[in-house]
Amino acid sequence: MLNVGKIEEGFVLDHIKAGKSLDLYDHLQLDKLDCTVAIIKNARSNKMDKKDILKVECSIDMLDLDILAFLDHNITVNVIKDGEIVEKKELILPKRIKNVIKCRNPRCITSIEQGLPHIFFLSDEQKGVYRCKYCEEKYSEPAK
Amino acid sequence: MRHLISPLDFTTEELNQIFDLAASIEQNPQKYAHVCDGKILATCFYEPSTRTRLSFESAMTRLGGQVIGFSDAGSSSASKGESVSDTIRVISCYADICAMRHPKEGAATVASSKSLIPVINAGDGGHQHPTQTLTDLLTIKNLKGRLDNFTIGLCGDLKFGRTVHSLIHALVRYPNIRFLFISPEELRIPDYILEMLKERKIPFEEVIRLEDVLPQLDLLYMTRVQRERFFNEEDYVRLKDFYILTTEKMKLAKEDMLVLHPLPRVNEIDVEVDDDPRAAYFKQAQYGVYVRMALIMTLLELV
Ligand SMILES: [Zn+2]
Repeated sequence: MLNVGKIEEGFVLDHIKAGKSLDLYDHLQLDKLDCTVAIIKNARSNKMDKKDILKVECSIDMLDLDILAFLDHNITVNVIKDGEIVEKKELILPKRIKNVIKCRNPRCITSIEQGLPHIFFLSDEQKGVYRCKYCEEKYSEPAK
Repeated sequence: MRHLISPLDFTTEELNQIFDLAASIEQNPQKYAHVCDGKILATCFYEPSTRTRLSFESAMTRLGGQVIGFSDAGSSSASKGESVSDTIRVISCYADICAMRHPKEGAATVASSKSLIPVINAGDGGHQHPTQTLTDLLTIKNLKGRLDNFTIGLCGDLKFGRTVHSLIHALVRYPNIRFLFISPEELRIPDYILEMLKERKIPFEEVIRLEDVLPQLDLLYMTRVQRERFFNEEDYVRLKDFYILTTEKMKLAKEDMLVLHPLPRVNEIDVEVDDDPRAAYFKQAQYGVYVRMALIMTLLELV
């Protein structure tokens, strides 16, 4: 396997669905950070055949990882300090999501109002249900 | 500063204060004839709803205030593409309180987030219509003397009827309510509401025919069954009579059952029923003005 150097402090996001690492890069706004990022695509995995891995070298309080729980709850988050894994972080669904997903209800005010942020709130933690702040419709994945 | 966007924005205690104030207004309207002197209500109606708008205008006028506004999007800046956020910022400079009706769901939420004055949701698409719910509750409270311990039948279009959904959400906060849902298969109450009732262990039943449950009811809430909601004409013709209330059917009902309807009706309540003392739907329109008066005073902090 391709070898990428160890990091001293930061995160290793493992078991990302193959091909999805760039989406996560965008959602975590890593482009705005001045830090070393390694993106490994299509790495071999015992658990899932192929996977992506993201390694981010940064201070561990710099990233808000809650959104990962919403995007893909299978991701393993390893927290690295002094070159060692110090924690496997549990992902918790965020209470509120802003401008990550869009309301798909055609009757919703977000479909016509200019410049309105798309905000969803967690309405059922057990089932992971999110509802639009404005029309309260349940969010559903767009059909592929 | 507070707004009214959903009927659940107020606690049952706060609602009781509004209902007490409405009762006091009913008793002694003279006392309240000038409490809003110098205040302006803006009615921003992006879609026409004459009844709701006039009810608000009547309420503000009876309090001594003035009303400005528009009543369809074509005559407003919305037709030039102005956003709700911009409109409410401007209206905030012209008026002290705003009642907004909009065809899109969540419009009043957007307005309230940018507004410098209290916003009352006067209907946002199929989403909420809280002043109708407050009207329904006040009518029940005044005519029945309570908001708990009864069996209510909701009849007609229970699938799309937002007044029905709002009323259910408001009533589940009171003890000992039993719901009977009377509708054709096509227009059944949505599953998420039934799930909510199951979770809260609130008793309910679904039936097809009004006559089957009429004798059990303390309250009957009628709604329109619209022809265009049916898949085919035969079903509509076959079923529509189940959902028309007649003097004949009223014979099955309790002596003190109340008939409510958000109005306007088409033909789902026979006009002969109007003379029955149990018909409360025109009184409901009267209570709609009192409850809006109490609401305006509450939001303007004139209580
Ligand atoms: Zn929405």
